[in-house]
Amino acid sequence: MSNNLKRVLPQIITLLLIVLIFGFFTINAQMNMSNRGIDFGYGFLGQESSFDVQFSLIEYDGSHSYARAYLVGLLNTILVSVLGIIFCTIIGIVVGIARLSPNYLIRTTAAWYVEFFRNVPLLLQIFFWYYAALRALPLPENTEPLFGVTYLTVKGYYMPGFIWENFNVLIYSILAAIISIVFIRLYAKKIQEEQGKQLPVFLISLGLLIILPVLTIITGIVQLEVELPVLKQLSKTSFIYEGGVSVPPELIALVLALSLYTATFVAECVRAGIQGISKGQKEAAASVGLTPNQILKLVVMPQALRIIIPPTTNQYLNLTKNSSLAAAIAYPDLVLVFAGTALMQTGRAIEIVSITMLTYLTLSLSISVLMNWYNKKIAIKEK
Amino acid sequence: MLKIVRNFVLFFSAAILLAACQQGGGSGKKSKTLDNTKKAGFVKCGVSQGLPGFSNADASGNWTGIDVDVCRAVAAAVLGDSEKVKYFPLSAKERFTALTSGEIDVLSRNTTWTLSRDADIGLTFVGVNFYDGQGFMVRKNSGINSTSDFKSGISACTNIGTTTELNMRDFFNSKGIKYEPVAFEKADEVVAAYDAGRCDTYTTDKSGLAAQRTKMKNPDEHKVLPETISKEPLGPVVRQGDSVWEDIVRWSLNTMIEAEEYGITSSNAESMKTSENPAIKRLVGAEGELGAAFGLDNDWSLRIIQQVGNYGESYKKHIADTGILPKRGPNQLWTKGGILYVPPAR
Repeated sequence: MSNNLKRVLPQIITLLLIVLIFGFFTINAQMNMSNRGIDFGYGFLGQESSFDVQFSLIEYDGSHSYARAYLVGLLNTILVSVLGIIFCTIIGIVVGIARLSPNYLIRTTAAWYVEFFRNVPLLLQIFFWYYAALRALPLPENTEPLFGVTYLTVKGYYMPGFIWENFNVLIYSILAAIISIVFIRLYAKKIQEEQGKQLPVFLISLGLLIILPVLTIITGIVQLEVELPVLKQLSKTSFIYEGGVSVPPELIALVLALSLYTATFVAECVRAGIQGISKGQKEAAASVGLTPNQILKLVVMPQALRIIIPPTTNQYLNLTKNSSLAAAIAYPDLVLVFAGTALMQTGRAIEIVSITMLTYLTLSLSISVLMNWYNKKIAIKEK
Repeated sequence: MLKIVRNFVLFFSAAILLAACQQGGGSGKKSKTLDNTKKAGFVKCGVSQGLPGFSNADASGNWTGIDVDVCRAVAAAVLGDSEKVKYFPLSAKERFTALTSGEIDVLSRNTTWTLSRDADIGLTFVGVNFYDGQGFMVRKNSGINSTSDFKSGISACTNIGTTTELNMRDFFNSKGIKYEPVAFEKADEVVAAYDAGRCDTYTTDKSGLAAQRTKMKNPDEHKVLPETISKEPLGPVVRQGDSVWEDIVRWSLNTMIEAEEYGITSSNAESMKTSENPAIKRLVGAEGELGAAFGLDNDWSLRIIQQVGNYGESYKKHIADTGILPKRGPNQLWTKGGILYVPPAR
């Protein structure tokens, strides 16, 4: 037998086996389903869902289709994930740096936080925030205002809402600010390379970002109205706040638990990244006359980020997948709305579970692609 | 070379294994469920995760309730012992998948009989063991005395994956009331949320409301509103495609109801063998060959009555005496003003 065949044959057999196994599962499922009188198909997605969802980012009620209900769940999952990722990154960076603080109290507190929150199961933490912490909040009618105009109650967090007129003009002004900042940065870099002069780029950028949008409001093109939540009586003893924005307690509990839990891992990544830079680098930077701020910005962080990004990506992915624990506390995410209610009302387990799995896969892969792109961007460019 | 031979052996043994599995799938002409149940020695019964009166486990894990009694009746008929039941507590979300996948053989879990469930997803409802309707629970001090006192903005707690969720929408929509649905997977979570003030009202089947009220911190602070917004015929379910098994479960339930109609109880069943009435004699196995049609012996119905009791006994023990719903309402025999009416066993 030739060497070539020896090399190829096992691979062909492996491939065949994989195809066979998949084929077997598909045929087996099909056979058993037809035996039991269950038909397979995705036609139900177009049917009227006839159930309502507590909280939705897009317009939705039971007269919309199951496909729309899927979208509602997906957006709610993305909302929790994005909020969770933002908060866990902020907390993670602060705690990670705090763990390296020369101050004993700060250092130890940070260490305790990390050890406590990462060693308690996440589901328990979600239960703690939802069933213990948030359930202990007062009823709407007994609530004292928080920051003057917001109310934190057992039925949710009520905030003033903003009603914009010509909102798109505001968005354009922010976009214009961002584009001009990019050009200013390019120009500043050129000036520095040619003349060695440093322009206050940060201050200019910040100024642009604030001044342009504010201008649109002052000139009256964009108008802003504030709608305050008002207490409304539903019956003798039950009250709610109406108007403004209300955040359901389920969302608060979930974001709190997810970000506090994941932040511990992010903090460790940050600490590892900073500690991974040798002391000599900082000393060398200091010896050429860089200020401590410049050392952090130009020497330490670019190198530390290379160590931080890959493991942090994993944490973002974990957070996104962990958000499916929402189903335990009635937050209407993809699992609760689609793989829960919709599955039960249609009985289409295989179709719905496969769509849900594919969706989580796509979500995770998108985060991966994004983070890999960022990682490549900051990687060492060998010349 | 050796490696290639090994690969081939592995491949063929895998293929044979797959073929063997393939034959295992699918149900045959005879009752596979009955054969499997006899072989296993117990009935695999899906119940709720704890609903007093219907299916509820005590501290030592003994299940009781009228839904549980249906499974016990099937066990008495098929295996000769009503205790030979293995209970699988299921959430509303899990129940149908557990049944269609074969994890359980009877689903007796306060499940509403609807067209789409019966026709669409491989299930068959065999009868009704409790006629129910959806209602609302509110706090007594809320000043709400009927559903016409509901106002927009009301939040309603309920279970996901239930007909309740759909009825609630129909109801609030028809009244033009905006509401916030808060849906949990487990009944206990719904009760806890309502009890903590997260919701203004708790909605589910009225029997369920009555039963869950007993679990609350202060049951006296809550009341069930008089309106009933839907029909909820609750009953046992089996997998589609095994008509023998379907008949066994159907007639196990029917036997309990018919026994009450003829006044046969667990204590007098034996003495009824000498009754003058042929209908009674058939039910206690003293006349006819009814069991043979299912492949059972002739004492199957006698065992159900002796070991589990008739429907009235079961209702009294689990629902009336526990204070959940003392009045039988529609769940009374047709001869006494209710709507319980089963085809004759003959």
